[in-house]
Amino acid sequence: MMHGRTRPVGMEMSESAYKRMIDRKKRITKVRRAIATLIAASCAVLFLMPIVLTITNSFMSASEISSNYGQVFATSDTGGKTYISEKVNLKFIPDMVSFSQYITVLFKSPDYLFKFWNSVILVVPIVGFQLLVALLASYGFTRYRGRIKEMIFFIYIILMLMPYQVTLVPNYLVSSWLHILDTRWAIWLPGIFSPFAVYLLTKYMRRIPVSVMEAAQIDGAGEWQIFRHICMPLCKGCMCSVAILIFIDYWNMVEQPLILLSDDSMHPLSVFLSKIKKGEIGLAFAVATIYMVPTLLVFLYGEDYLVEGITYQGGIKG
Amino acid sequence: MKKEGRGLKKRPELSEKEREKKSRMFGRKKDGQTSGDGIRKKNAKSRRASTAFLAPSIFGVLLFFVVPFFVVIYYSVVDNPIQHNFVFLNNFINVFNNAAFRQAASNTMKFSVIAVPLAVVLSLGLAMLLDSKIPFKSQFRTFFLTPMMVPIASIVLIWQVLFHYNGMVNDITALFGTDKIDWLKSEHAQVVIIVLFLWKNLGYNMILFMSALGSIPKDILEVAVLESAKPRQIFFHIKIRYLSSTILFVTIMSLINSFKVFREIYLLTDDYPYNTVYMMQHFMNNTFGNLDYQKLSAAAIMMSVVMVIIIGILFLTENHFGKDVEG
Repeated sequence: MMHGRTRPVGMEMSESAYKRMIDRKKRITKVRRAIATLIAASCAVLFLMPIVLTITNSFMSASEISSNYGQVFATSDTGGKTYISEKVNLKFIPDMVSFSQYITVLFKSPDYLFKFWNSVILVVPIVGFQLLVALLASYGFTRYRGRIKEMIFFIYIILMLMPYQVTLVPNYLVSSWLHILDTRWAIWLPGIFSPFAVYLLTKYMRRIPVSVMEAAQIDGAGEWQIFRHICMPLCKGCMCSVAILIFIDYWNMVEQPLILLSDDSMHPLSVFLSKIKKGEIGLAFAVATIYMVPTLLVFLYGEDYLVEGITYQGGIKG
Repeated sequence: MKKEGRGLKKRPELSEKEREKKSRMFGRKKDGQTSGDGIRKKNAKSRRASTAFLAPSIFGVLLFFVVPFFVVIYYSVVDNPIQHNFVFLNNFINVFNNAAFRQAASNTMKFSVIAVPLAVVLSLGLAMLLDSKIPFKSQFRTFFLTPMMVPIASIVLIWQVLFHYNGMVNDITALFGTDKIDWLKSEHAQVVIIVLFLWKNLGYNMILFMSALGSIPKDILEVAVLESAKPRQIFFHIKIRYLSSTILFVTIMSLINSFKVFREIYLLTDDYPYNTVYMMQHFMNNTFGNLDYQKLSAAAIMMSVVMVIIIGILFLTENHFGKDVEG
């Protein structure tokens, strides 16, 4: 019945020939599906390989690392003591699993942990307070929309779209006026007031039916109560998404500390990692792995939130 | 109906006198004003309250972005921050004639022109792949999304190993008989950066496309199949149309991210990268080093103008192509 409709009009075909055609089509779709799966699988391998390699390499002993990769990170004088192979031997699995890198990083050289702590201390307040400020603001943008509010919101969108090269100059100026340059405030404050979260949360909050809030108002709830007991619970999922997006953005930051913090001791691990390679490459992989653990944990826990968050972002006009 | 009810409920204790006073204040007649001004007042009050929610954010945005941006505009047209002589476009001309700026601008432009379309097309491809009937879809989605989560700083080490002169990538290309390339220290550095950029950003774009593909009305696709449309026709005449606003968004986001690629380059190559990957942000960083406000301001303004123009063009194009499908 169903196949009858797809049969080409005006072409006479015997029942068996028709069956053969259908069979061929089925085979083609099967082959196609296999090819698609193969492509997806090879893409997945390419995507995951660098991450997996970093993690497996972090379980090599320092001497193994320097014999394998010594050449990559060698400065002009390598000192003839350790053997450095001509080739760069990329190994997926270490010859001997050792935790020596981790032991050194965690217990013997506090510098790395200190830098890790720097990252935490820079990022966590930004995530928390940007979320708070943005929640309040997006409630303001959601209630009583008027022309002025729409215009302000439009300015927020433009600001959100501006690259660092543009926004860092104003940030730098203000930081120097307020004498907070070279302190953590220079990173915290622009981060907290960044318009990104406002945009995302507002878009989400505007999807809550107005009647819900009006009903609360009729029942005598004030604005704060509507915000606290109606909006915030409804936005919980979106808040998680936004928090994750802010977190990965700032955990990855390099530009801001380079320009706004001239004091190296306050730099986050992301900046410090690029300077590691000169001396202690044996540790670098372990440090790199430690640095990505928080983001991977967040990912494991909140992949669905992340996907949702990205989806809200789509459709800029919405 | 609703409004009256609300007014009556909230202000039952209002005495006749007070009410009169209020209506006089609002300059309205006494009769027929049983509860109207009560509502209006309450509305105005909650309107003000809701605006108060905006205050912290607007204050911060004004302080850190908007006001200093005007100062930046001002700085860009005076000769130095002490004397404030108006020189109009001189700073812009100076910056534009600066060899480093030109190099940075053309490199950044080249990079974006190559990387952004690639990012859009490839991620659309991935999304279509996951949209078709293949097993382990959600696992694949997770895999493709993982690079987005991983901080670049953690990954540059392995990237350096892979693209080293004696590294794995050269070993693989050697199988095809090509010469060894010193990837990071030649003009091929741009290729490495593009690969890294794609690796990092494809997952994000893919999610955007996947949600857009999912929102195309099924009945339209079914009708197309019944009318024996070829997959290619369905793709170009239906899907692309419905995806147009997402394509716009993905393009803008990729463009912005392509300006952020300095991070990757800095971590891979330190302060002094090969010429072809000397980007806008390198120029800005060096200028920050000298604290040359005029140059900085002029460069920032030029950047923002270019950004606004590009985004404007993208919006207009999208409006042109996508207007017939938007409800």
